[in-house]
Amino acid sequence: MEAAVALGIGLLMGAGTWLVLRPTTFSVLLGLTLMAYGVNLLVFVSGRIDRSVPPLTLKGTSGWADPLPQALVLTAIVISFGMTAFFVALALRALGETGTDRADGRRSPAAGEGEEGP
Amino acid sequence: MTDALVLLLVLPFAAVPAVLALGAAGRQAAAIAAASAMAAGVVILAWFAPAVLAGETLVVTTPWLPDWGLDLALRMDGLAFLFALLIYGIGFLIVLYAAYYLPGSDRLVRFLSLLLAFAGGMLGVVLSENVLLMLLFWEVTSITSFLLIAYKSQYHDSRIAARMALAVTGAGGLALLAGLLLLGDMAGSFALAEILAAGEAIRADPRYPLMLGLVLLGAFTKSAQFPLHFWLPNAMAAPTPVSAYLHSATMVKAGVFLLARLYPALSGSELWFAAVSAIGAITFVLGAYLALLKHDFKGLLAYSTISHLGLITLMFGLDTPTSAIAATFHIINHAVFKASLFMVAGIIDVETGTRDMQRINGLWKYMPITAALGIVAAAGMAGVPFLNGFLSKEMFFAETVAHPRFEGYGALILPALGVVGGLLSVAYAARFVHDVFFNGEPIDLPRTPREPPRIMRLPVEILVVLVVLVGVLPQLVVGDLLETAASAVLQTDLPPVKLAIWHGFNLPLVMSIVALGGGLFYYWRRDRVMTLHERLALEISSPVAFERLYAALAGGARRLVARLDGRSLRQYAGLFLLAAVLLSAWAWISAGSGGLAGPIPARPPDPAALGALAALAAGALGATILHRQRFVAVIFLSVAGTVVALAFMRLAAPDLALTQLSVEVASVVLLLLVLAYLPQRAPAEPADGRGLRDALLAAAVGGGTAALAFALLTRPFETVSAYHLAEAKPQGGGTNAVNVILVDFRGFDTLGEIAVLAMAALGAQALLAGLRLAPRVSPADSAADRYPVMLQQLMQPMLPLVLAVSVYIFLRGHNMPGGGFIAGLIAAVAVVLQYLAAGIAFAEAKLRADFVRLLGAGLAVAALAGVASFAFGLPFLTSGYVYLRPPLLAEIELASALVFDLGIALVVVASVVLILTELGRLSLAAGRAPPARRTAPAGEAIAERVPAAAEA
Repeated sequence: MEAAVALGIGLLMGAGTWLVLRPTTFSVLLGLTLMAYGVNLLVFVSGRIDRSVPPLTLKGTSGWADPLPQALVLTAIVISFGMTAFFVALALRALGETGTDRADGRRSPAAGEGEEGP
Repeated sequence: MTDALVLLLVLPFAAVPAVLALGAAGRQAAAIAAASAMAAGVVILAWFAPAVLAGETLVVTTPWLPDWGLDLALRMDGLAFLFALLIYGIGFLIVLYAAYYLPGSDRLVRFLSLLLAFAGGMLGVVLSENVLLMLLFWEVTSITSFLLIAYKSQYHDSRIAARMALAVTGAGGLALLAGLLLLGDMAGSFALAEILAAGEAIRADPRYPLMLGLVLLGAFTKSAQFPLHFWLPNAMAAPTPVSAYLHSATMVKAGVFLLARLYPALSGSELWFAAVSAIGAITFVLGAYLALLKHDFKGLLAYSTISHLGLITLMFGLDTPTSAIAATFHIINHAVFKASLFMVAGIIDVETGTRDMQRINGLWKYMPITAALGIVAAAGMAGVPFLNGFLSKEMFFAETVAHPRFEGYGALILPALGVVGGLLSVAYAARFVHDVFFNGEPIDLPRTPREPPRIMRLPVEILVVLVVLVGVLPQLVVGDLLETAASAVLQTDLPPVKLAIWHGFNLPLVMSIVALGGGLFYYWRRDRVMTLHERLALEISSPVAFERLYAALAGGARRLVARLDGRSLRQYAGLFLLAAVLLSAWAWISAGSGGLAGPIPARPPDPAALGALAALAAGALGATILHRQRFVAVIFLSVAGTVVALAFMRLAAPDLALTQLSVEVASVVLLLLVLAYLPQRAPAEPADGRGLRDALLAAAVGGGTAALAFALLTRPFETVSAYHLAEAKPQGGGTNAVNVILVDFRGFDTLGEIAVLAMAALGAQALLAGLRLAPRVSPADSAADRYPVMLQQLMQPMLPLVLAVSVYIFLRGHNMPGGGFIAGLIAAVAVVLQYLAAGIAFAEAKLRADFVRLLGAGLAVAALAGVASFAFGLPFLTSGYVYLRPPLLAEIELASALVFDLGIALVVVASVVLILTELGRLSLAAGRAPPARRTAPAGEAIAERVPAAAEA
């Protein structure tokens, strides 16, 4: 179980990293979203995954999962959405100002201004 | 007493705003305010005097950053008293002098405020009990002195000189920081009291040589010791009051103050003796030699200052109790005669319009009183009997004779050095007197000199009277002050010292006579020396070397930055991630934590987990591999996001699952909206090996994170959550511990987080404002299937239903999964779906909400919920709750945290909707106005209408 969770987090981070390093803004956007999934999961599982009762302290229940990482990650999910949205606005602004969707704001020598290939 | 000590330090800083405010009323008022502050300082010191002279040491400590060893700790003892007196006393005279020195057009107010800030920095250095605090003020003096030297910032020379002084003293400050950190580590404390008592342990520490080198570097840069002396003559570009204050009485004295302050901790080793006395001796002789050769009398005084600071350093370096007393005495004497000499120089500069001693001659006839003052002060500097400089120089000569570390012929070295230095000092003093006040008639002066205004001469007169009084009645005038200051330096009982003019006919007196006679002879034959000097060009041109070094360093830094900073996001991100991988790897290896798996056995995965992992892998890898087909990539991405939400569900985090799901919907809408403006397919990348490099880095990041997660999960841990779980109901009034943590236990965090979300939304709105982008899908093409009828028909009745669900989720959130974040996201998704189904114009007409205001309202509600607890005398964001049992309804628990949660919900709704509608509006704006910059080639739009999915 632990290995599967760790593997999943690693997959998200690896895929996110590769996408963040692509030259166009949209790929960076995809990459950031994947990395956010990975980081949120990592922080979340730092509360361990061996307890299956949600942290609702209702009568007659016990063995609750750790609520603190959950609270931290809950806001992190919302904030990563805010960050993604901000990055979207930045990317569109850059597109409007420079006419290209390359993350460096420079026209690619090989592929024109980020247009479709033939 | 403690308050007075704090006031003593704060006074100059507090006077700065007063001077600035009064400056509007006129320069007179500003000068009076500045002078009053300085005078008040002297008065407070007079109040301290009885206790300090009785040998008391006052220490005030307020913890500031105790973990770092940094306390706001002040100390008042003999040495601090002496320096504070010099700073305030001479500062007062300088303010008076400057008010008349600076012409009416000058920015006197700016000058006075800087001078006060500088004085405050100096006071901080001398009054600090904590050495880190001392360093902080040390830097204050570096920066304010930079501003003062650059006072005439319109001149290139001033700017260069200021930059040079800052670079040298700033670099020294860094070295000093390192040295003091080492010193504190060795002494076990940053408090002076403990450092001064730990001298034995410090000298025995193997790091002692390194620490001493660093501390001395700091001291020597500040007090302009060879070979770092070159900044001081250049700093003469500053107005003369600055030179008189900073470069004679205070700033350069901070260096020797440091030697005096740390004397018990640092001295008493061979290394101290060798390094400090050698550097001091070289500076003493070289400075005196170069001073004679300067034609600019301010340059002469600058080199003489270097020479005297070298002498003081040399005396501390000789490392006997009596030499330390002599050094302390010379600090006082030098400050008094050099400040008056600089002031005389300033008067002459103003009255004649030049500083060239080849042209200024015979001023005795034009300004006899000023001339007399200058002659007495210069004689004091030369060490003429019955003046203050004679006494300390005599004590120095006495120290050189029979120094315990020299034997046989070696014992001649120090006296010889002393006599040579003394002789050269007499020669340059003679030149100053002879060239300026006698030696024929002035040559071609810009204006005819006359006596300055009476009040401008007053500060000089006071100082010159002191020169004479100390010289004639030493024991009476400074005996007590010197004794307390010197005992504070040595931190032990003093050997008996009696200041007297006549010690009998002994060797030091002979040395004095030789120095005086030899100096006059040397001056008489100076032409030969000057010719020889010019032929040999002995003076190494330090400023030029400095400028070259500076330019080389700056150029190197620029090239390094250019190499690291390719102005490329890919490069930044790559370097950043690489650094993260390397640092983590280093931490892992250096910690030696053994194997990857910890003591807790890993459980085998169940089939559902394996299925989820497979789906996640498909989503993440699919998005990665097909990232150039953007529409498909978004679908794969949403698969991964959904698996993450399911994982939260499976791992006992229903709140997170709900949040992740609703964020997922908003994210997909966001990404699809962007695709309206971007090409649906990305161009192929050039095959330049970047792909492989990035893949390796991605494998390292992914593998590293997976390893970290696995290592983490198989190790035991302790959590603070037991408290949160136990107290959620009793204190927070809710059973959903996650929600109670968010709105109650860590409510302040949450307030910050929704503020960040609000800022992101407003930032996005600002970025998109006024932007015009042509949608890739032309309106005509999409007109046919623009707003699907089914969706439109379904969404209208759905909106109230979804909003009702949102309210329900919100209300139950304190006890069951839900709460403000989730309710806000659900409501936002409902609203956004209206926009998608019916179009922006329609939805806006129907909803009529200003989401920016809603955002503000949400933040205000959240903040007010926090402020409300003040009304009950409780800290910010303390929550309370009551249970209500209204008829017909179930029990309702009303917690004040609910109001806070409402604020959260409003901020979340407003942020999400604001961002998404602003993106949608872009196409509306583009549809109304012709696209500004970007025109798509004909046919392209149609080509892109073909769904990318079909091509995959």
